Amino acid sequence: MAARERPLSPHLQVYRPMYTMVLSISHRITGVALTFGLLLFAWWLLALATGPEAYARAGEFIGSPFGLLVLSGFAFAYWYHFFAGIRHLVWDTGRGLEKPQARRSALIVLAATALFTLVSVVAIVRAGGAA
Amino acid sequence: MVAFTLPANSRYKDQAGKVHKAPADARRVKTFRIYRFDPTNGEKPRIDTYEVDLDRCGPMVLDALFKIKNEVDPTLTFRRSCREGICGSCAMNIDGVNTLACTKSIADVKGEVRIFPLPHMPVVKDLVPDLTMFYAQYASVKPWLQTRTPAPPDRERLQSKEDQEKIDRPSACILCACCSTSCPSYWWNGDRYLGPAALLAAYRWIIDSRDEATGERLDALEDPFKLYRCHTIMNCTEACPKDLNPARAIAEIKKMLVERQH
Repeated sequence: MAARERPLSPHLQVYRPMYTMVLSISHRITGVALTFGLLLFAWWLLALATGPEAYARAGEFIGSPFGLLVLSGFAFAYWYHFFAGIRHLVWDTGRGLEKPQARRSALIVLAATALFTLVSVVAIVRAGGAA
Repeated sequence: MVAFTLPANSRYKDQAGKVHKAPADARRVKTFRIYRFDPTNGEKPRIDTYEVDLDRCGPMVLDALFKIKNEVDPTLTFRRSCREGICGSCAMNIDGVNTLACTKSIADVKGEVRIFPLPHMPVVKDLVPDLTMFYAQYASVKPWLQTRTPAPPDRERLQSKEDQEKIDRPSACILCACCSTSCPSYWWNGDRYLGPAALLAAYRWIIDSRDEATGERLDALEDPFKLYRCHTIMNCTEACPKDLNPARAIAEIKKMLVERQH
């Protein structure tokens, strides 16, 4: 009898979304999001260099509700990637890798991200309202 | 290669399997939903349902598997041996996390007990994965003592208590493969990334005070795939049923590779 090709056992389909893998993939997703966010910033700077009309148009977009939403998302991605990145730096020194420590640092990253994102969003919305 | 979905021959139907009801007089019924694959009949994998009367079953998930195999469905296939967490044979994915069926209490699982083979592995039959690659990766780190100097003629190669303690924990690995098959990096790059179990074994020999091939061992690991596909996700350490820490071992190896450049 010819051997049948063996099926691949389920992986993402069945694995419980552990906090470890959720934080890890979030780090990567926010990193990619930041890259696109930086393109927006580059566009804004280009508008600044192009002239007052282009700059005003860019400011209008950024000040619109959708623009503020994008900026808030960027702030979240920035702070999450920033704090999770520090966590990775500490790990690279061989520290904080015991299970209770890693769980604690995960909570710290999430709390710091929430706090700094909140402050940023308040600042963004205020500046948007003033513009 | 990253493929988030299963290949066509591996997709299973969640409700298509057989249902084995508990006896009518059962009072404490627990439902087990178990991945089934029969290599002989040309059918795709399916999920079978077994209702087990906990009043007539031992406390561990392995006890339930035995009860099912002995009393309900002798075709159910799984590996097991020691039934006390030292052989590593009954490693499987229970309630979404890799662990040993013999040390996992049924009472710790809320609701249905869902049991799958170790993730992202070729399935031989039911809960039995093909571990050929996993063992080859373990062998590739040369998990034995390598020396150049002759051994003392009158005694073993001794080491201090402190040096022994360094390898005490990593030596406790039972090669159950729970860690490696919990690692998304190993899922996507299992053909080139050695995975946490093999790297923990490598670390155990690198830090052994009696081993004299430390440089060669580190050379062999200095590779973008073999070692550096580890992104410190930490699923391995969370999964290890022996409470070992492959993630820390890998971080230590990475550190040693940087430190020896100075």
